[in-house]
Amino acid sequence: MKRLVQGFAAVFIAAFVLMFITHRLNEAEGYGGGKTVTVYNWGDYIDPALIREFEKETGWKVIYQTFDSNEAMMAKIAQGGATFDVAVPSDYAISKMIEEKLLLPLDHRKLPNLRYIEPRFLNLPFDPHNRYSVPYFWGTVGIVYNREMFGGKRMTSWNDLWDPSLRNQILLVDGAREVMGMALNSLGYSLNDTNKAHLQEAKRKLDRLMPNVKAIVGDEIKLLLANEEAAVGVVWSGDAAEIIAENDKLDYVVPKEGSNLWFDNMVIPKTAKNIEGAHAFINFMLDPKHAAQNAEYVGYSTPNRAALRYLPKDIAGDRRFYPDLDSAGHLEVYENLGKHMLAYYNELFLEFKMQQK
Amino acid sequence: MTERAWRNWYLIPYGIWLVLFVVAPIVFLVYESFLDLDGHWTVANYENVLTPIYLKMMAYSFWYAFLITLVSLLIGYPTAYWLTKTRHKQLWLLLLILPMWVNLLLKVYAFLGLLGTYGLANALLQTLGIGARQLLFTDFSFVFVSVYIFIPFMVLPIFNALEELPPSLVDAARDLGASAWTTFRRVVFPLTLGGVKAGCQAVFIPSLSLFMITRLVAGNRVITLGTAIEQHFLVTQNWGMGATIAVVLMIAMAVIVGLTGSGRKEGSR
Repeated sequence: MKRLVQGFAAVFIAAFVLMFITHRLNEAEGYGGGKTVTVYNWGDYIDPALIREFEKETGWKVIYQTFDSNEAMMAKIAQGGATFDVAVPSDYAISKMIEEKLLLPLDHRKLPNLRYIEPRFLNLPFDPHNRYSVPYFWGTVGIVYNREMFGGKRMTSWNDLWDPSLRNQILLVDGAREVMGMALNSLGYSLNDTNKAHLQEAKRKLDRLMPNVKAIVGDEIKLLLANEEAAVGVVWSGDAAEIIAENDKLDYVVPKEGSNLWFDNMVIPKTAKNIEGAHAFINFMLDPKHAAQNAEYVGYSTPNRAALRYLPKDIAGDRRFYPDLDSAGHLEVYENLGKHMLAYYNELFLEFKMQQK
Repeated sequence: MTERAWRNWYLIPYGIWLVLFVVAPIVFLVYESFLDLDGHWTVANYENVLTPIYLKMMAYSFWYAFLITLVSLLIGYPTAYWLTKTRHKQLWLLLLILPMWVNLLLKVYAFLGLLGTYGLANALLQTLGIGARQLLFTDFSFVFVSVYIFIPFMVLPIFNALEELPPSLVDAARDLGASAWTTFRRVVFPLTLGGVKAGCQAVFIPSLSLFMITRLVAGNRVITLGTAIEQHFLVTQNWGMGATIAVVLMIAMAVIVGLTGSGRKEGSR
């Protein structure tokens, strides 16, 4: 018993000493005392050098935290326990957060660099007049395929996926909107279609795709495709860029029928304490040079028109990731379809997944 | 105060714990299961569970949980029996428990590499002349990885039961002329049945609501109720439906425990 008490005492003392040391360290580095900007972003989604540069330039200290899904991020902000000054949700999450009053309006006077953003990426349906958000990165959904395993043919259409030669060769991303959207697009419907007859038709078409589907997976799809576990994958463009960088036999195409155009935007959540610092950070990231440096590091497509000049030609000129938006087929942003429609999409997707080969 | 009154005071921390973290969540879950998407009262969720798609899912969940339990038992019982007979018992037990110290997700990810088309398992099959085949994203790999993860939970209770079996009983049976097989069938197995039940419960119940392995190893080719709960809570945000499936699953588990009886009492005492 005595040994046990002594043991506990030792652990407590050690914990308190460590707490004290971290506190002092934080103070010494300038954290705490309202001089910080807390940024809440996706994992591996910023060039760390830019954070250091921002700290040096402005004197604010950055606390950088990450999340791995919009839903987790929204839940944490809705709870309100932690302070986040800047967050980076995706389009549909933004309209939901506006609806649920989780965001603070932006002061555009404090964001002069907003003028560098490509106008077609502004004033989008999920946030009219960019009252709450400014674009950070954008991309598409498309097909990654292995040219060698696909017999040297080029893929151009969603309907190529239904080719009988691809039996058991396709990996799909585990997202109801992505998979249903792909089927709707392949039939020539909008991926925001709410006509139940069209959705049923899309589901029946998906059922016919099942023999070609090897698996429906999450983030591991990057690893699996790069390892040539399957010849074809339906993925987001950012993931595609990463996969291609790892295995150059792979290629990415945005099918001609159209696809999803998505955005990750910077917002100031209602949990923000340092509104001044949050605006400074957003404006810093909108600077063309910083945006270019970030895009080169992260590999996603920057919405910053002026930044393209600072990007190497082989990145900015890569039509797969910077498609000519006028001729790249019909790209659509996901609309918030409402809870009931989303539930219907998910129900159909679940039924599709339940199909046995 | 009497000894007895003191004892009641000791119950308070546990009582608070029980109310906050056991009773309250179940009450919330049941409450949530009667709400529809707009937060109105409804029994539609329960009607929905009885539609073919969820019934099918339930059947699959039970079938795979049964397979996992059966395979675990078939491997686990001989292992436990052998463990009681070895000399360095503690070492072998440690080796059995050791993988449990490694993060579950990490172990599952390791199987992605091992079972992949160009993984170690297929390389081995090719050297043996059997030829490469698809291992990942099959029923087989799902059951295999699940058994790998759950098998310590099967072996340990059986091992304990076997350890507590007085060797004199086995000797007596042999002295009285029973063959080794009869001894096992009539003496050893019945007396360790409690351990077997405890092990089966410890494997079957968590297997029913597996979700991560279904996506990572089975590539969503196996859909269990656990997957559906995760989807409803995180993706669809249809908490009512997710809660309903969870409630149904809890009732099913209670029925199973009730039917098989609480194995502990007979087993380890």
